[in-house]
Amino acid sequence: MARVLINVPPKAKRGEVIEIKTLISHPMETGYRPKGDGTFFPRDIIQTFVCTLDGEEIFRADLHPAIAANPFIAFTTVARESGLLVFSWTDDRGEVQTEQAKLVVE
Amino acid sequence: MIRLVAAQRLLVPAAMMCLAAASAVMAQTIDGRRSGFDFMSRDSQQLQRDDTANPGMLAVLDGEGLWNAKAGRANRSCADCHQDASTSMKGVAARYPAFSAALNRPIDLQGRINACRETQQQATPLPWESKELLALSAYVGNQSRGMPIAPPDDARLAPFRQRGEALYTRRVGQLNFSCANCHDDNAGGKLASAVIPQAHPTGYPIYRLEWQGIGSLQRRLRGCFIGVRAEPYAYGAQEYVELELFLMSRAKGMTIETPAVRP
Repeated sequence: MARVLINVPPKAKRGEVIEIKTLISHPMETGYRPKGDGTFFPRDIIQTFVCTLDGEEIFRADLHPAIAANPFIAFTTVARESGLLVFSWTDDRGEVQTEQAKLVVE
Repeated sequence: MIRLVAAQRLLVPAAMMCLAAASAVMAQTIDGRRSGFDFMSRDSQQLQRDDTANPGMLAVLDGEGLWNAKAGRANRSCADCHQDASTSMKGVAARYPAFSAALNRPIDLQGRINACRETQQQATPLPWESKELLALSAYVGNQSRGMPIAPPDDARLAPFRQRGEALYTRRVGQLNFSCANCHDDNAGGKLASAVIPQAHPTGYPIYRLEWQGIGSLQRRLRGCFIGVRAEPYAYGAQEYVELELFLMSRAKGMTIETPAVRP
């Protein structure tokens, strides 16, 4: 399983714009790197990143081969309700990494 | 009296600015030596400062797992002997390379980790530049973060350090450059679009954005050898330990940043 670091503000005021930062370890192999025998290292990148709050999608990103290894994704959202944030990364091999974090809105 | 009040009013923001500056440049010393951190863009500095954004922390987390994992025929983990790394490994990276009485030569932190694996855990040594060895040295190095580099006052190290200094100032390769030609004579200048830093090994292993991964000082030194079109020494060569000995004594008192981020 890949290592993940998630940074969600410990507490947020209602209506406040908060920044959520995520970092995941992944090789993001482009598929264009030659092996030396005329073939290439097969492509293995994270295709999609999705963040949901209590089941409702609040952020989604499609990733492409030009994105560096260990992608760092930061995004903002308006804190309305407390809830459970679920982050998921899906890569070329179909592996899905899922992490959770609590969002506390006061 | 009025003047004094005015001066005091000026002093407060000045002191605050000093504080802000001190926290902004974590590795700067008063004698003009500057960490590579200070030469980076603000974005890269921000990446290093924030532990949830610094990709080197992924290696530190891996290292923590390895620290507590049993290995080898002895079926022992690092933690079984050294217990909590946050106390037992505090300051260790700041004083390496150190003299190994068993090998009768200095060894770097990676060499120490592998020596422990062989003798204490009775496991096969980790390959140079392997993910595991880098993770363990990042984890051990991270325990010394914020501490000043303190090379040991060991007379047995002196001849090796002198050899390291000689290598640092010796011209090598087709381009016929020594380390000092760039990092002493032209530090702060540019090599193509990249700033030439002063070559202080304050944050190894580093997460280098160009590598898209974590790498050791030896990898960095190999890059420089290849850059001046010299034949690099093999990984684990004694010359790298000697160079590191010299560089660490040159950076004495500067702050450990492991895991540092570099462009």
